[in-house]
Amino acid sequence: MKFGILIQDGPYNHEASDSAYNFIKAALERGHTIQGVFFYNDGVYNVNKLMDPPQDDRNISKRWSELGAKGIDIVVCIAAAKRRGINTDIIVPNVRISGLGQLLEIAVESDRLVTFGTG
Amino acid sequence: MAEKEKSKIMFLMRKAAHGSIYAYEGLEAILIMGAFEQEISVAFIDDGVFVLKKEQDTKPLGVKEFSRTFKTLEDFDITNIYADRESLEQRGLTADDLIIPVKVMEAGEIAKLMEGQDVLLPF
Repeated sequence: MKFGILIQDGPYNHEASDSAYNFIKAALERGHTIQGVFFYNDGVYNVNKLMDPPQDDRNISKRWSELGAKGIDIVVCIAAAKRRGINTDIIVPNVRISGLGQLLEIAVESDRLVTFGTG
Repeated sequence: MAEKEKSKIMFLMRKAAHGSIYAYEGLEAILIMGAFEQEISVAFIDDGVFVLKKEQDTKPLGVKEFSRTFKTLEDFDITNIYADRESLEQRGLTADDLIIPVKVMEAGEIAKLMEGQDVLLPF
C-alpha cells in the first residue's frame, strides 16, 4: 500500500513524531511504500538541525534526515515554517521546504493519508 | 496531477478559533487546496463550531480575527460546509449564530460523508 504521512505536532513534547517514525519504519519493513511525509503546524519543528538532545536520547531531526537520505520525500510547509522561524538555513539535510500543494499531491497520490498529532 | 479526476477532500475543524493555531492553519490549508480545484468539503465538529461564531472580537487577545475569511470559501466554490448538530446544541449555538451558511447534520450523516472521502484532514 502507498501511505502518505502528515505530522502536525512538534518533537519531544508529544509522541506524534515518534509514532509517525515508527509507523513508517514498520510500513517499509513490510514492503509498503511511503509516498511522502509532510510537516504542518508545529510539525515543522521536527526538522530543526539545531536540535541537540542528551546523547542517550533519540535525535528526532537527525532521524528524519536519515529517512530522507533513504529516498523518502520529506516536505516542510513553507507558510507554517516561516511563521515559526524555520528556514533552509536551519533544516537538516535531505528534507525540503515547499507549499501546501505538496500535501495535496502526497494525499491524492497515496492509497491512505495517515495523520499524526492534532491532539 | 492535473489530468486526474478531482479528489474528495474533507477538512475536519475540531478546535475553537483561538487557543490553538489549528483552526487558523486549517483555514490556510483550505484556501490553498481550494485553489487546486479539488472537491472540498469542510465539517465543523466539537469546539470547531465556535470557529464560525458571528461577531468575534480578538482585539483583547491580540490575535488575528479570521472568521470573516470563511466568507471567501464561496469564491473557491467550496459550498459543502457542514456543522454537527449536537456540537452546536451543546454549546448553545444554532446555525443563525454562524458567519456563513452551513448544513446542520447529525453525527451519523457526517460519518457517512467521511467514509466517502479520498482524504480527511483533521484540524
